[in-house]
Amino acid sequence: MTALADPPSQQFQVDANRTSSDSPRRAAVRRALSNYKTARDRTGATFTDWKSARAAAATIKHEAVNHLDQYLEEFEQKFTARGGKVFWASDSKQARDYILNLAEAKGVRSIVKSKAMTGEEIHLNQALLEKGYGVVESDLGEYIQQLKGEAPYHFVFPCMHLRRDEISDLFEKELGTAKTDSPEELTMIARRVLRRAYIEADMGISGGNFIVADTGMISITENEGNARLTVGLPKIHVALIGIEKVVPRLGDLALFLPMLATAGTGQHLTGYNSMYGGPRQPGEIDGPEEFHVVFLDNHRTRLLADPEQRDALHCIRCGACLNVCPIFKNIGGHTYGTTYQGPIGSVITPHFRGLEDWKHLSGASSLCGACTETCPVGIDIHHHLLHNRRNAAAQRPAAGEQLLWKAFTFLMKRPALYRLATKFAPLGSLLHPLIARTMVDPVRSWTETREFPEAPLHSFRAQFKAHRRAHASTSNLGGKQ
Amino acid sequence: MHRTTALQSCQTLQGGLLLFRTSFFTMRVTLFVPCFIDSLYPNVGMAMVHVLERLGHTVEFPENQTCCGQPPFNSGYWDEARAVAAKQIAVFKDAEVIISGSGSCGAMFKVFYPELFHGQPMEAEAKAIAAKTWEFSEFLVNKLGVTDLGARFEGRATFHDGCHGLRELGTKLAPRELLKHVKGLELVEMGEAETCCGFGGTFAVKYPQISTAMAEVKCNSIQETQADYVISNDSSCLMQIGGWLNRNVGSIKCLHLAEVLASR
Repeated sequence: MTALADPPSQQFQVDANRTSSDSPRRAAVRRALSNYKTARDRTGATFTDWKSARAAAATIKHEAVNHLDQYLEEFEQKFTARGGKVFWASDSKQARDYILNLAEAKGVRSIVKSKAMTGEEIHLNQALLEKGYGVVESDLGEYIQQLKGEAPYHFVFPCMHLRRDEISDLFEKELGTAKTDSPEELTMIARRVLRRAYIEADMGISGGNFIVADTGMISITENEGNARLTVGLPKIHVALIGIEKVVPRLGDLALFLPMLATAGTGQHLTGYNSMYGGPRQPGEIDGPEEFHVVFLDNHRTRLLADPEQRDALHCIRCGACLNVCPIFKNIGGHTYGTTYQGPIGSVITPHFRGLEDWKHLSGASSLCGACTETCPVGIDIHHHLLHNRRNAAAQRPAAGEQLLWKAFTFLMKRPALYRLATKFAPLGSLLHPLIARTMVDPVRSWTETREFPEAPLHSFRAQFKAHRRAHASTSNLGGKQ
Repeated sequence: MHRTTALQSCQTLQGGLLLFRTSFFTMRVTLFVPCFIDSLYPNVGMAMVHVLERLGHTVEFPENQTCCGQPPFNSGYWDEARAVAAKQIAVFKDAEVIISGSGSCGAMFKVFYPELFHGQPMEAEAKAIAAKTWEFSEFLVNKLGVTDLGARFEGRATFHDGCHGLRELGTKLAPRELLKHVKGLELVEMGEAETCCGFGGTFAVKYPQISTAMAEVKCNSIQETQADYVISNDSSCLMQIGGWLNRNVGSIKCLHLAEVLASR
């Protein structure tokens, strides 16, 4: 990560300058996401009625999120009855400390992880590595990003921005393997490393896609089988899950599993769908001896306390809003500087990490609404960006900007003054070319890359008046004759 | 054979009804001409006047209208936006129907005024304004039931869906229905028709690098259709698209839907 001293908003501008001018990368990301869209549309069409499915999903999540206390406790009761342990972490430090203390108490040396954005959120790998534990990410994309020393680019497709040859070069540099252009060979290289990691690991760490309250189980969906091995092989397992991931009933997964797969990757169902109910039970031949679930709040309850934006907790992290977002497609995931990229990230990050530092993400949107349109659980994403802007301006108005809008309001509330001002528009157009694209051009950030339209001599209101007069005189004439 | 005849008589009946509606059912139509259309694209406003008058409606334009208030609203300054919006609500209070030539400013009236005034003293008035506001193409097709305006326009064109029109107001088919009936016009859909052009109001100048990258994607898709014209029902998008095209391409012209429909 570069230039840590810059506030996030400045860093964002700098990174956006760089990424939005990287045409080949933008084109590659766009191509990948256009393939996604084709697949998603095809799979979505196999639902009898995608719209009703969305409405049903939103209703279920609404019920779950508005009764979090009840459903999470129901889970805890069922899960602990089978010998599982539940830890409620208020913030990232509590979650990290619980896992670090557990690892220390159990004499853990190496850890294998399957994909968990909550792990990214609390900077878990960093904390574990600092304490000397070996940590290997087992999701292929996450593994590649770990080797590269980079955060995930997209919370569902961690390395979607990388070309095959870049991955091959990375493997050559980090693992000493021969260059290859074959995706199968690249996968096999990673597989050889990862198989060893599963066997050596004393502890597995995963996330969770759904917390199922009525059975006290967690559901994990994946395509590589790595989560199964991460949960199944090491003696101790820790699942680190955001508290909003709860659904009331096992039956709800009948809707959510195909929905998550469709919206996330365009699949009917992901390759592996597993349910975990706790540690190995008497008579069972596999599974971890200890199973811990860490419920992560980390300011989710702050979002819960906001009735206007509470529905952002419905999110099932499918990534669909990123995949259709024209901002994401042009600036990529890293530019956001957040754990959760794209539109949903821009909504929730200010709640998780502070509005003042992260309000710029809500500003960096054209509010086109493609995110809201595609969201499978009906989160009003782009309107929440608007709400964040309002809250930010109310909390701490930017002096210059507030003055601008006060002046704007002063003008727009006075039609006569406004009409007078518009009379100068043609003159402005006449003079503008003299200063266009220079330092003193007031619309320079427009004219640097785009032409600014010229104001015609006669405004609409002037033309309409003339039109009315002409009309009136012809009808008067008609009357006299 | 039987079906064709039935269909034909159905169409004749429909045509007759249409004629009836357009010739006897005249309305007092109040135009909302957004501030930037007033100053920068007056032809768009005049085209709307011509189209509506040809249909026999009385067009009025309240002199005291200014801006819908969307710029401060989208920037988060809702008190300022409310002050501007309150003025427009007063100006349009007595209108029978309000027609907007911009999906975006129309969405401000129709969708965002009720939210802006939610729980405020003027909530009822704001909702009343919202209820009688129409985007231009929606008004023609879904209120008046007109699709053929007898327009003639020679050329190959593609249509850009403005996001506010498309996603806030749900306008997709109406403009296409109208363009289908324009003689001489060949309409070619572009791959990225529903992709944002990158305008987004103040976004375009606060994040010009992202906005321009989005314009480039949009305009490349326009170029792929080999169209001579880009048509939209939103002049704000056309300002962005035209701004990029004029700088980088030059040969493709931007036109508002009303300008095409007013052509003979």
